[in-house]
Amino acid sequence: MMTFVNLLLAVLLLALAAWTTLARNMFAAVVGFIAYGALLALAWVQLSGIDIALTEAAIGSGLTGLLLLNAASRLHVNANAGGNTGRSRLRVPAALLSAAVSGALMLCVFALPETPPTLAPDVAANLASTEVRNPITAVLLAFRAMDTLLEAIVLLFALIGVWSLSSDPHWGGRPGLRQYSEPNGILAYTARVLPPIGIVVGAYIFWTGADYPGGKFQGATLLAAMWLLVLMAGLADAPPIRRTWLRVALVAGPLAFIAVGFLGLQTAGAFLAYPEGFVKPLIIAIELALLPSLTLVLGLLLLGAPLRGEEP
Amino acid sequence: MPPVPEQAVTSAGGLLLVIAVLLPFVGVLIGIALRGVHARRVALCTLPLGLAIAIAIAVTVLQSGAQLTYLLGGWAPPLGVALRADMAAVVMLVVVAVVVCGIGIYACDDFNPARESPGPRASSTFWLLLLAVWGSLNLVFVSGDLFTLYVALELLTFAGVPLVCLDGRGDTLRAALRYLLFALLGSLLYLLGAVLLYGAYGTLDIALLRAASVPEPVTWAALALATTGLLAKTALFPLHIWLPPAHAGAPAAASAVLSALVIKGSWFLLIRLWFDALPGVVTFSAAQVLGALGAIAIVVGSVVALRQARLKLLVAYSTVAQIGYLFLMFPLAFDAGSNMLVHDAALTGGILQGISHATAKASMFMAAGLISAALGHDRIADLAGVARAMPITVLTFAVAGIALMGIVPSGAYLAKKLLLESAADSGQWWWTLVLQGGAAFTAGYVVLVLVNVLRRPGGAHPVIKRVPAVSEYAALALAVCSLLLALAALGPLPAHLISNPLAAGELLATLLVLLGGVLLAQGLSLHPLFAAAPAATMPASGLLRRSAGATGVMFARIDLLARGWTVACISLLVVALLFGGLLFFGARG
Repeated sequence: MMTFVNLLLAVLLLALAAWTTLARNMFAAVVGFIAYGALLALAWVQLSGIDIALTEAAIGSGLTGLLLLNAASRLHVNANAGGNTGRSRLRVPAALLSAAVSGALMLCVFALPETPPTLAPDVAANLASTEVRNPITAVLLAFRAMDTLLEAIVLLFALIGVWSLSSDPHWGGRPGLRQYSEPNGILAYTARVLPPIGIVVGAYIFWTGADYPGGKFQGATLLAAMWLLVLMAGLADAPPIRRTWLRVALVAGPLAFIAVGFLGLQTAGAFLAYPEGFVKPLIIAIELALLPSLTLVLGLLLLGAPLRGEEP
Repeated sequence: MPPVPEQAVTSAGGLLLVIAVLLPFVGVLIGIALRGVHARRVALCTLPLGLAIAIAIAVTVLQSGAQLTYLLGGWAPPLGVALRADMAAVVMLVVVAVVVCGIGIYACDDFNPARESPGPRASSTFWLLLLAVWGSLNLVFVSGDLFTLYVALELLTFAGVPLVCLDGRGDTLRAALRYLLFALLGSLLYLLGAVLLYGAYGTLDIALLRAASVPEPVTWAALALATTGLLAKTALFPLHIWLPPAHAGAPAAASAVLSALVIKGSWFLLIRLWFDALPGVVTFSAAQVLGALGAIAIVVGSVVALRQARLKLLVAYSTVAQIGYLFLMFPLAFDAGSNMLVHDAALTGGILQGISHATAKASMFMAAGLISAALGHDRIADLAGVARAMPITVLTFAVAGIALMGIVPSGAYLAKKLLLESAADSGQWWWTLVLQGGAAFTAGYVVLVLVNVLRRPGGAHPVIKRVPAVSEYAALALAVCSLLLALAALGPLPAHLISNPLAAGELLATLLVLLGGVLLAQGLSLHPLFAAAPAATMPASGLLRRSAGATGVMFARIDLLARGWTVACISLLVVALLFGGLLFFGARG
């Protein structure tokens, strides 16, 4: 039975990938991509990568899908996805070359060792000293904490880039367009009902991350989605990007992370090391500090460059 | 200095590496929080601190004579991540710090939020991005882990791309998008390579990979993919799709950052991969092809540079050519005896070439930017009279040109010497031709610009706006730094490399390079070099010039074709398959 499900999943994934690539209509391609992401999350569940599945569903399919939908609707719904790809004579050689590279990669995957070398036993052996029970969290916030810190900073760089696309008169203003919706319509209704539930679920995913699959990135994505829902329904407006509270909240997470890192220098002898007995509280403190920053960054990245002044 | 695996302990002073990476990032964070005019102040405060840290790292490494290591969180690889600084990393750290400071001083006036133009958006963004690029590069130099290096590449991309469109015009946005998409393709290819390596060896640590990796299909595929991705980010011909349009509309200071610094990140990572992580997997033929791509880049980039009407684009295409130069060390460092890449004189020469290009090209872009700001245009044919009005800037351009050509005395001269010696030692005479020919091409476009700025204006003197003196001197200082790199011969490099520039042999070589340059410029440029006043449409005269002109047009067409999206993506796949095949069959034969 499981084999059948896996086989079906693989076939569907390939079919959706082909659909997304070949679709003539941009909107259809985006929908295909979102479905592809959702199925990919299922595939990760099948591979026991629950954390990756959550991330794929939240960021890979959810936020990215929303971003693409936005872009597609701005470029007009019926825009031709494959219209501007240039020389059609070159399509066949391009397809053949892609197939050749994919084929070579496939052979390589088969050539990988039967029992792959892995650091999982190392992680398991050192898990106790990190005081958290989710090995993924141990990797992300203890063994390779630097990467996580840098990832949080990457998002801010991306936000600087997105904001820099604003026109000069609107610099410092509110991002995106003001959204209006029927006050008693289904969107406004959903935006009133869903966020309380979403916030609780997001907070839970964040909180449980220390011991079970979940964590700040997935939690922040859910919270950002709730915020965006409220904005899209026109129930609230995005803040102007010149607001000091907004800017401080954006950098507070990474700065707190760096501060805890240097604290480790004093208390545990190395940057980003944690003193014994305080590992879990410090890890949770870092995640707690990152949560609002990440929520804001993800939401603001989706909202895009400032398009209007400060007035609501 | 190859990394030693047993050095899995933090060395004294290792914390400096963490600070070198995080100081610019903290600057960015504070700059975001304070916004507006403060971004510039924060950046200007960070510059001297960062330079001091880089120098402190250099002093520590030179004193201890061993590489600097820092285990983040106290976790040793493969579980944790180590930062390491060997001699190559130290050199890059210091030079990048100097160049960033130079660019910062140059841009002080350009990106002043108090001024009307370019407005608070561009000026505060520029300073944040300058710091962002700096921290990302430092991370590339000191990281010892392939995944952390991937994050560094991403940081570098997101810091570099907005520099292209600071101006905010439509065509700059298009250029930025082109850069973003192609750079992301490159990052993904690199990531795929890193993932395959982890799958095969269970570690991402460079020193551990060096010990564990063996030539087998997975490693070949990983190296081919990662190499292709990094070449796309470095903009080596034919994967330079994004570079010329990116420079066409970027502010001069941003161009200096992109061309002198950002591309060095992926280039240095390629060195790490080929020399430090997988030196035994590299084959002779793969190294030869990497060098050959460099040679093609030199020829195409130089010829197209000579065909440009705008000074900014001439300098941009000169970067396309100079990037080629940076890849000539790969075939020369291949040791036929042990069948692997070795840390030797060729690598030293290559890195010297890289840092000499970083300083010289930054100052050249600055000089071009000053000329353009003063005249309000940068048409090469209409530069007459500039030398009289802006002697310092013209001197800067000339000095930077000399440094790029590799004429004695300059850092690039030493680099060329080291590479020529390697070519002679390993019997690869064909690279001698490329090295000398490349210098003549460089001389060509430098002479072309100098002849035009030195020309007496035909009619009225051009209206020339005043440019800030501090910017002029910052550019000159970087150009002089490029010459001063020749002093390396007094310290770490063998002294016999530097010889009396007025000795007969040296003088002859210099003259030959210059003569070749003059001939190339005369033949290939849009207007004949020594025409009294360039007419708008100069009829091509003489069979030689006509055929040279036809060659130039042909190269320009090749360049245009290679920069189309479809062709560029096909090139990407072809390069990946080519390297895969060369590694595969090279190992067999």
